[in-house]
Amino acid sequence: MATTIKTVERPAGFRRKTYLLAILEGLWVTFRHLMNNWVGNVLGRRAKTDIATLSYPEEKKAYPERNRGLHRLMKRENGEVRCVACMMCPTVCPAHCITIVPEDAPGSIEKRPRIFEIDELRCVVCGLCVEACPCDAIRMDTKVHALPTIRRADAILDKEALLSRGETSTATQGGVGAFWREKVKS
Amino acid sequence: MNFVAELLPYGSAGFTAVAALAKSVFFILIFVMLLAGILTWMERRQSAMMQDRVGPNRANIGPLKFWGITHFLADALKMIFKEDFVPPKANKVLFALAPMLALAPVLIASAIIPFGAPLCYGRLTEVVAPGTCAAPVDLQIAHLDAGLLFYFAIASLAVYGAALAGWASHNKWALMGGMRASSQMMSYEVTMGMAVMAMFLIYGTLEPGAMVNLQGDNPLHWGIVGLPQVIAFVLFLTSAIAESKRTPFDIPEGESEIIGYFVEYSGMRFGMFYLGEFVEIITSSALVITVFFGGWRFPGAEALAASLPNILFVLISFAVWALKVFLFCSFQLLIRWSLPRLRADQLLRLGWQRLLPISLANVVVAAVWVLLVGK
Repeated sequence: MATTIKTVERPAGFRRKTYLLAILEGLWVTFRHLMNNWVGNVLGRRAKTDIATLSYPEEKKAYPERNRGLHRLMKRENGEVRCVACMMCPTVCPAHCITIVPEDAPGSIEKRPRIFEIDELRCVVCGLCVEACPCDAIRMDTKVHALPTIRRADAILDKEALLSRGETSTATQGGVGAFWREKVKS
Repeated sequence: MNFVAELLPYGSAGFTAVAALAKSVFFILIFVMLLAGILTWMERRQSAMMQDRVGPNRANIGPLKFWGITHFLADALKMIFKEDFVPPKANKVLFALAPMLALAPVLIASAIIPFGAPLCYGRLTEVVAPGTCAAPVDLQIAHLDAGLLFYFAIASLAVYGAALAGWASHNKWALMGGMRASSQMMSYEVTMGMAVMAMFLIYGTLEPGAMVNLQGDNPLHWGIVGLPQVIAFVLFLTSAIAESKRTPFDIPEGESEIIGYFVEYSGMRFGMFYLGEFVEIITSSALVITVFFGGWRFPGAEALAASLPNILFVLISFAVWALKVFLFCSFQLLIRWSLPRLRADQLLRLGWQRLLPISLANVVVAAVWVLLVGK
């Protein structure tokens, strides 16, 4: 293969060739940024400067509405777990990180999880469990990251830990539309 | 005050020794070292601001934060407690000697810089009209007639620090860095001297204190005003930055490629190289201020000297000088964080084929200038 030589033209013109004027232009750009940011920072008006840095622990970036964070389990009105242990989420979970051991529940609920564990180290944060849940029992809207732990076992969240972030869901348990049954009855 | 004047009469050997010691401690150990420390923080803070970042602002002493200015103390503490690693095959003596040879010359060279108006010994609290003091004490550690030549003689010793560090480390990268450093520093020393040569012709003296007095209070009469003076200023500044081995001339360091002659150094030994770099910025800034920007002089200084107690006026003149030096250091940092690095061949071409001929021609221009325009 024949070697081809491509000559790269150097910047032409007096202004560029002497470097000096071009350097002064460059210095003016950085100086402008320096003055703008420095004065704004001293006056406590960082928002009006070009500074993009956040002072992290004090200032936090607001996560978008649909951010998927750490899981949580929602509660019923009486404070009990909303989950009915239907096994939808461990079935759909691609990482097999959800463990549910069901037990009999008193009253009309019939079934509830005795053990509900999520291994946050295995979780791939795909959100399929939330999609699969028919009861609005599991959510990922906490906007909290997986916490750092010393032992791997500490990253497995149990039912209590998952419930500790939970609140009462406003969704109707059993789904909307129970009234069509009543119509048939009447 | 009087018993001090009786114990150490003006002009006696004891007085000279005490005055020299006091000036050395105040200027080199306190002012230069403190400013060099602060510059290590300022470099990071200023570069951050230039690049739309925040920079180090966390270090604090209890509730006192001072925008993170105490970072340099934390850095010094870290360097003192770090492992002092010496490569097994290094030349132990030269390895230990190199950082000292890098730091000491720049500190010594700063001895010729006048950093304030002369003190009037024994009449500190009185108003002393300029030129009427019988026992003036120059705020300048070494009053040498060789002046700037002494500066060049001593500052050129700093090349041994870099070259020895590169050789003694027994490391290819360090050796390459040391060789690059020595070739670069030798090339630019010539231009540096030639640039100031033009100023020697214009001032007719080598003594920095006399240069400051010749410039006077009016900024229009300062050393920078005039054609050969401006050229000399640009040449001097360029070669001074090249001498301090900082971007755009940081080829000996070449952070992304060879780390440089101090690649094997750790802890406080590395700290000495690092500090030496910043002391060099201060010294070169102080020299530029002395030769081109009127030293400690400022508009209205004569009138102020005739109306204020001597000690107060000296303090004000020192503050003005320090402010000038500080601003010029900041300007050097601005250059360092704005320009990209030159290639080694570009650096040598710039030095030998561009700057040196220009500086030689400038000496001729300055000679003609002195003939036609006067000093």
